[in-house]
Amino acid sequence: MPRPGFVLDVDRSTPPTLFWHGEGFHLERLPAGSRIIYPPEPLDALSDPDEAIRRALLEPLDSEPLPALLKPGMKLTIAFDDISLPLPPMHRPDNRQRVIEAVLDMAAAAGVDDVQLIAALALHRRMTEAELRHALGDRIYDAFAPNGLLTQHDAEDPAGMLHLGTTDEGEDVEINRRAAESDLLVYVNINLVAMDGGHKSVATGLASYKSLRHHHNVRTMQHSRSFMDQHRSELHSSNWRMGRHLKASGVKIFQIETTLNTNMFPDQFAFLQKREWEWKAGDRARYLAASKSLERAPTRIARRIFQSMLAPHEMTSVQAGEVEAVHAVTTENVYRQQMVEVSGQTDILTMGLPYICPYNVHSVMNPILVMCTGLGYFFNLYRGQPLVRAGGVVIMSHPTPWEFSPVHHPSYIDFFEQVLAETTDPLEIEAKYEESFATDPWYIHLYRTGHAYHGVHPFYMWYWGAHALDHLGGVIIVGGDPAAVRRLGFKPASTMRDALEMATDVVGRDPSVTHLHCPPLLMADVTA
Amino acid sequence: MRVRAGFPFGPPTWPGSVARPPVERRTGVDFETDWARRYPARLARAVFVDQLLRPLVRALVPPHVHGVDRLEAVDGPVIFVANHQSHLDTAVLLSALPDRWRHHAVVAAAADYFFDNRLKGTLSALVLGALPVERGRVDRRPLEQARALLDEGWSIVIFPEGGRSPDGWGQPFRGGAAYLSMHGDFPVVPVHLDGTGRVLPKGAKRPTRAAVHVTFGSPLRPREGERTNGFAGRIEEAVAVLADERATDWWTARRRAALGTTPSLAGPDAGAWRRSWVLERGARKRPVRTWP
Repeated sequence: MPRPGFVLDVDRSTPPTLFWHGEGFHLERLPAGSRIIYPPEPLDALSDPDEAIRRALLEPLDSEPLPALLKPGMKLTIAFDDISLPLPPMHRPDNRQRVIEAVLDMAAAAGVDDVQLIAALALHRRMTEAELRHALGDRIYDAFAPNGLLTQHDAEDPAGMLHLGTTDEGEDVEINRRAAESDLLVYVNINLVAMDGGHKSVATGLASYKSLRHHHNVRTMQHSRSFMDQHRSELHSSNWRMGRHLKASGVKIFQIETTLNTNMFPDQFAFLQKREWEWKAGDRARYLAASKSLERAPTRIARRIFQSMLAPHEMTSVQAGEVEAVHAVTTENVYRQQMVEVSGQTDILTMGLPYICPYNVHSVMNPILVMCTGLGYFFNLYRGQPLVRAGGVVIMSHPTPWEFSPVHHPSYIDFFEQVLAETTDPLEIEAKYEESFATDPWYIHLYRTGHAYHGVHPFYMWYWGAHALDHLGGVIIVGGDPAAVRRLGFKPASTMRDALEMATDVVGRDPSVTHLHCPPLLMADVTA
Repeated sequence: MRVRAGFPFGPPTWPGSVARPPVERRTGVDFETDWARRYPARLARAVFVDQLLRPLVRALVPPHVHGVDRLEAVDGPVIFVANHQSHLDTAVLLSALPDRWRHHAVVAAAADYFFDNRLKGTLSALVLGALPVERGRVDRRPLEQARALLDEGWSIVIFPEGGRSPDGWGQPFRGGAAYLSMHGDFPVVPVHLDGTGRVLPKGAKRPTRAAVHVTFGSPLRPREGERTNGFAGRIEEAVAVLADERATDWWTARRRAALGTTPSLAGPDAGAWRRSWVLERGARKRPVRTWP
């Protein structure tokens, strides 16, 4: 029986605590009286995931069974989550492969000939062949890709998009034409965090910039408290309005959502998932070997080691059917795995940021993504109220290198060099620069033909942290490149002790400190 | 002063606010001994017992073995039940066991003494084929394990007194052997060991020379409707008769058994000095010098 997450009160007997630090980690001793939030242990996996998938398709929620929806001569489109999920990429077979193979088996049995697969990557970069093969498996790739039936969503293809009108609040709903015109759109999702899935799958994953800008903006993010809590998230409200508009427009969606446990690291790094006082001699030896060798290894090598790591994730649930009914169950399953009750806010929130976020798989975690991971994702891993009080300080540990992937993140380079050099205020950035980056033909060309994120994507990353920037009194990055950290508008610190000392200038003497022991992923249910 | 390496070079401290989980015991009655009954360990034990233990016992405390003829009709696994006076008992009894049982026998040994650490447990299991049993409290698990071994064809040596005699006299027999016999219809062979308590009594650091006798009795089986306690008492009586046979002669022992006047293994119900006095008088040969 996996143990639930819990909050540890640090005292003198508490051993030093693991902090992620990009492509590495170190142990820090937190002051007595601090709190550490530990994630729940990984839930038990489904004993027979393929049978569970089959049952979900045959007994869907608020929908006819999938075989009843499949007819000869129909147009079937299967869309699936892109490379940003799950994290780290999971070992084979990926959930998407299992589910899509089950769907295709039923489609074949029903005699459906017109089937097309679409990677729902919105404004993310296109996946490589290796990444597609990993996600879908060779059987699917070899059957569909050579015939042009495995495509990647292109939000900048005028002929490939279809405008379906606007919602009651005037939001444009424009999605992939093939998906919109299909008799049935099957969406295959991997729900890693509570933000994923639901109407956001289609309304975001298959949308255009014209549509996305209605919810990927500063105002929405500042009114999403948090965007991991769909009932208090303006991001979700907007996506739900668009999803309902899609349904009203005749787009028939059969949603299939899967959840994973938090088995995130292979055996040699299993200590990363354990509580420090339970580390055995082998764990300590592996920690020492890994941390010392990573310290000495060139960043390029360390990055390659981590980026080649596959997570031993296991499927904990699968549900299919009507989007909202499915997502309600999925969200419960995500909460079951990740939720930890936390009482009260803190003055200072500390976090160690890992080497990966949804937007740098097989790539570099550049400073903008560091900001997005810390203030976008980790800060928002709450329900109720933020872990850190208004005017509090977030201390992040990450090397924050002034380094970018020109292949994956070309517009990030210009955003960092030009925009952030001028201002870090999200509202000003949005008003002054977003349009020009979003419509820049070179960025659009790289997005459509290479493996580049869309020109507007770094703006979204910045907006992702807008709620935190609005809420916090200061942000300190420990061990980061000082110049890069200052460019982000944050303060650099050499050590955690220095950072805690610096934070007292903002929050006062004798502050309360809470550490988010993450990853593995957790979500804090913060009560007053 | 010893300086402990700090975490992560040394083991971590345990936070005061976190309850420690129950420690998973791997010693005592939880010591795993299945490996000691696989062929590599059995071969090692056979070599040890035949090539080292038996010659050593024969050279140092040559046992006089009686009553082996009573076992001729016995086939299959057996429960050997013996009185217990000395650490030598196991070695002497294993040396005296007929060939067909010697290499297919396990010895029930006190978990708190022979299995209190990994090294002792490993040696006990490997060299003696020992099986850990709880002697301080009732625990069904070792009994179930012993029964499973009997079902697999292993014989078991049990010292039902639960420990060596503190003063040379016997202690009450416990019911484990009777329980095993009644729940699997395995014969119980009573065995009396005489003299080992004089060679190496409890508390002695050096052995002394004395004659050692091993007397096997006739196999016993539970009677129709007999209860465990009753059968355990009968086993104890059978060992007492064997002791009487050694102290007197077979015919006297049989007659006293028939009359119900067999001297108890537990000795007279008297003060400590009188019990000791009677025991010393009964000794056939007083130690004359320390040995070797």
